[in-house]
Amino acid sequence: MTRTVDGEHLVGQPIDRIDGPAKTTGGARFSAEHAYPGLTHAALVPATVSRGRITAIDTAAAAAVPGVITVLTHGNAPKLNPPKRPTPANLSTLVSGTQVNYLNTDEVHWDGQPVAVVVAETSHAAREAAALVHVSYERLPAVVDFAAEEPNAVAQKGNPVMPGSAKKGDADAALAVAPVTVDARYTTPQHHHNALEPHATTAVWQGDELTVHDSTQSITWLRKHLALRFGVPEAKVRVLAPFVGGGFGGKGFAWPGTIIAVLAARATGRPVRLLLTREDVHRAVGARTPSAQRVALGADTGGRLTALVHTSVTRTSRVGGQPEQVTAPAQHLYDATNIRTAQSQTTLDWMPNTSMRAPGDAIGSFALESAIDELAGELGIDPVELRMRNEPERNPIDGKRFSHRMLREAYALGARRFGWENRSPEPRSTRDGRWLVGMGVATAYHPAMQFTANVTVRLAADGTVTVRCGFQEMGMGNATVQAQIAADALGVPFEAVRVEYGDSALPASVMAGGSMQTSTVAGSVLAACGKLTRRLSTLARRTGMQGRTPTEILTAARVPFIDAAVGSDTRLGALAGQARMLAKVVRDQRTWAKAACGAHFCEVRVDADTGEVRVSRWTAAFDVGRVINRKTAFSQLRGGIVMGIGMALFEEALVDRRTGRIMNPSLSGYHVPVHADVPPIDIACLDEPDPTMPLGILGVGEVGITGVAAAIANAIHHATGSRIRDLPITPDKLVT
Amino acid sequence: MIPFDYRRPDDIGTAVATVTGNPRAAFLGGGTNLVDHMKLGVAEPELLVDVTGLTSRDIERLPDGGLRVGAGVRNSDLAADPLVRERFPVLAQALLSGASGQLRNLATTGGNLLQRTRCVYFQDVTTPCNKREPGQGCSALEGYHRHHAVLGASRQCVAVHPSDLAVALAALDAVVRVQGPGGERTIPAETLHRLPGEHPERDTVLEHGELITAVDLPGLPFGPRSRYRKARDRASFAFALVSVAAALDVAGGLVRDVRIAFGGLAHKPWRARLAEDALRGRPAAPDEFRAAAEAELADAQPLRDNGFKVPMARNMLVSVLTELSAEDGAA
Ligand SMILES: Cc1cc2nc3c(=O)[nH]c(=O)nc-3n(C[C@H](O)[C@H](O)[C@H](O)COP(=O)(O)OP(=O)(O)OC[C@H]3O[C@@H](n4cnc5c(N)ncnc54)[C@H](O)[C@@H]3O)c2cc1C
Ligand code: SF4
Repeated sequence: MTRTVDGEHLVGQPIDRIDGPAKTTGGARFSAEHAYPGLTHAALVPATVSRGRITAIDTAAAAAVPGVITVLTHGNAPKLNPPKRPTPANLSTLVSGTQVNYLNTDEVHWDGQPVAVVVAETSHAAREAAALVHVSYERLPAVVDFAAEEPNAVAQKGNPVMPGSAKKGDADAALAVAPVTVDARYTTPQHHHNALEPHATTAVWQGDELTVHDSTQSITWLRKHLALRFGVPEAKVRVLAPFVGGGFGGKGFAWPGTIIAVLAARATGRPVRLLLTREDVHRAVGARTPSAQRVALGADTGGRLTALVHTSVTRTSRVGGQPEQVTAPAQHLYDATNIRTAQSQTTLDWMPNTSMRAPGDAIGSFALESAIDELAGELGIDPVELRMRNEPERNPIDGKRFSHRMLREAYALGARRFGWENRSPEPRSTRDGRWLVGMGVATAYHPAMQFTANVTVRLAADGTVTVRCGFQEMGMGNATVQAQIAADALGVPFEAVRVEYGDSALPASVMAGGSMQTSTVAGSVLAACGKLTRRLSTLARRTGMQGRTPTEILTAARVPFIDAAVGSDTRLGALAGQARMLAKVVRDQRTWAKAACGAHFCEVRVDADTGEVRVSRWTAAFDVGRVINRKTAFSQLRGGIVMGIGMALFEEALVDRRTGRIMNPSLSGYHVPVHADVPPIDIACLDEPDPTMPLGILGVGEVGITGVAAAIANAIHHATGSRIRDLPITPDKLVT
Repeated sequence: MIPFDYRRPDDIGTAVATVTGNPRAAFLGGGTNLVDHMKLGVAEPELLVDVTGLTSRDIERLPDGGLRVGAGVRNSDLAADPLVRERFPVLAQALLSGASGQLRNLATTGGNLLQRTRCVYFQDVTTPCNKREPGQGCSALEGYHRHHAVLGASRQCVAVHPSDLAVALAALDAVVRVQGPGGERTIPAETLHRLPGEHPERDTVLEHGELITAVDLPGLPFGPRSRYRKARDRASFAFALVSVAAALDVAGGLVRDVRIAFGGLAHKPWRARLAEDALRGRPAAPDEFRAAAEAELADAQPLRDNGFKVPMARNMLVSVLTELSAEDGAA
């Protein structure tokens, strides 16, 4: 535990997280752990067809289970406003996970769509009854086979934030004449977030006032969205989420569980708790899209890239979903003379896809960074050296300036720590008993963004500071980090700062996503603290207390506290804020190419008999701008790498091509890494602030996972000589 | 989950009579498989007869150097038993390669043998499955069958048996002791499980109401030179893609005797008699091991996505026997 030392900066120190004791002692209350008088329990009934119409629902057996209060279906559920078409003009419309008006329609749009909910006195009764609800369907033809639909994919219409395609020069022509080329297809399956805490909601109506405890990454947007769906003023809705057990993007949107819990509470007039089962989490929450990608590279014999083509096909759903920036890394990483990227989507009768840790970049970097390794092999150039020869001075696709880019330094640092120079270039050249040993490398890259958050900070005469901001804490350490920042900015001890968060009654903030929360909130906290410091010096001058502590100054001025606010929560203020925010994002994106980046180095061991892969060593060196807290930041980066190991070797939703049904909706069937799969992970950060970001922060939540799967695939190739372009790399793909 | 009754009878006779008399009754061991199936709707017993207090939790020595393992012995206790580790390392290794520490603490010897397939369609009551509902069809044939059988399957069912313990027992010529309504009988472990044929709904030769009371491990002088190897999708906590249990006795460079069983290849632990016969009296050398493995696997009939199991099984057997022969030479 780090103690505050007077005069020492808190920013940068590995301070223990504020919420640690509450979590380790069980004191922290998560969304399914709130007791209310008269609390009821709900269980979902998922559809078992991919597309169709409900012709009948027999609820008699379910209703007869002792303890059941009601079974809600589209026949008897209260009316719910349909979700609005998503538009960037109203961000709250974007958070609807799907376009389905749950329990208000007889249409079924994916296998797993909830078609009924049981509300009972106990969770056991609810689940037992849910299994007894009998639904009859008229099946309609469904399109569920992603691979078969690939040829029908439609080119993506771009927008300013995510262009569907990009071009510099004529990459295809350059490819045709390049002396050395790689042209390969890469595929990745559907991935599920599988946060430790399943999605949970406790919903309480008091008259037209709604209180919702929800495991969300986005209290502000969820609140707006609930107001919209349930036809009540936003001021009547309060969303609380001080503790969320991991999200990874899976809790960014409003999924059916949340909406149905609120609906059930309205129908019964009693508080409702709905805790999704692990199966529900797979069936009723969006997942990462599968992808099919092509990367084609052309180079001169000296390894200078002349052509880079990266195209992708992903999927959305008839009832929602979104494109992903799969080909974005190809626009930023290499100084190729000619570049073409293009994205297209299929539309399936599936649960809409959703963001999952580094959406687009995680799977896109697998293809691009594998292909670069393949090119290095073709050229006979060390893969690190090849990257250095193509490291750009300006953003390759459009010539924008980098706000800051230290990928060279990251590679140098990582290579040294890892001992890259000991690698023999030949594939399949190192053996340890029955293990084939290989080393791989890949680049990590994730764009950095900053939005705006409303914040108030109060400095009291007793020396305490209260930071209030409706941000979310899913275990990343944001509350701790913001306390460090405020304490430094105001010159008070860490322990003097209290941070209030996770409550929509607080000033509105951004969702936790896009690795932007820390920098965004920090920007506002710093601005508010700046206002306070100025107020304080005015008071000091007035009272002749210059150079004294805040307590002394405020006491002398007979002011019990001073407040500073950034942003406004009034309707007009919020609209203006949103407009300012969008303008700033677009302006920023026009001016700078801004990103966190890094270099992954890994060693793998492949069993020559079975093709089983063990990752035995990992070093990653990152440029994530300034590191505010080494402990929490490194945990984020390490967690990203662990998740990337899962993506490389294990994770895959088995979606039956005939029915569109997920066949492994459990943690025994959907494999995530276990401890034995995770080697010691050595993390290093350059810790150089980005000059354009608050405190120089670039974000650490997502960059860690990017490049990981490629580094492993590259190491496997080095170990075995086999190039696997289809994730996950399970033993069957390697055994010979 | 449907409501059910739970009983703990005082003696084995009552337990057997109770289950025999009620087609919807089931014995309950650690519950780590049965209770999962009840939650999934795959099993819907109306009466659970808990036998964990009835069947022995002891491991006794037999006069021939073998051991008698009570059906109530927990997997973790069996794996940790010093005599088991000394005389039948293959058995301890098989157990420790399975499930997780928490599950092994609950799982019983009897229950482990009778756990059911992990075929994803079997576990999902909304999908057709002949094992769950004879006549519905087999969803795995054209669906996900990467884990499925390459030997001894039928058009009715291509599932594999998931138990690691059962594979080691098949290799060790273990004998399963069973108490039925008509008295006691013994069944060689190798024949406890069946091939699916036309009746995939039947995993074993046991009749409803027959209770496993113990498993006898006959003395095997070269038991200490035995080994279990399991290939799987992640380092731990995953079912076998392929596993091999083997014991080898080498004298003067020749194979005097050998025991081999495969897991993950068939609806039952696959005792590799062809390979054993091919090896007896032959030089203990990798090319001999390879030829024997190929002889055993010659009849393999892989499906679209599980052909990898054939080279995997071959490589693993060659490797395990090579390691055992080196061990033997050193001894
Ligand atoms: C996530 C997970 C991973 C696993 N991984 C593995 C693995 O890698 N390898 C592996 O081998 N296993 C694995 N298992 C399975 C585990 O080994 C079995 O669940 C366990 O051995 C079953 O034993 P039990 O005593 O709990 O049986 P129960 O669940 O109590 O019973 C299983 C069946 O046996 C019957 N039964 C129980 N006792 C008797 C008896 N004495 N006589 C007659 N019938 C009886 C029951 O009626 C039931 O049909 C895994 C399980 C899980 C949940
Ligand atoms: S393989 Fe057997 S268990 Fe699996 S679906 Fe077919 S019949 Fe059912």
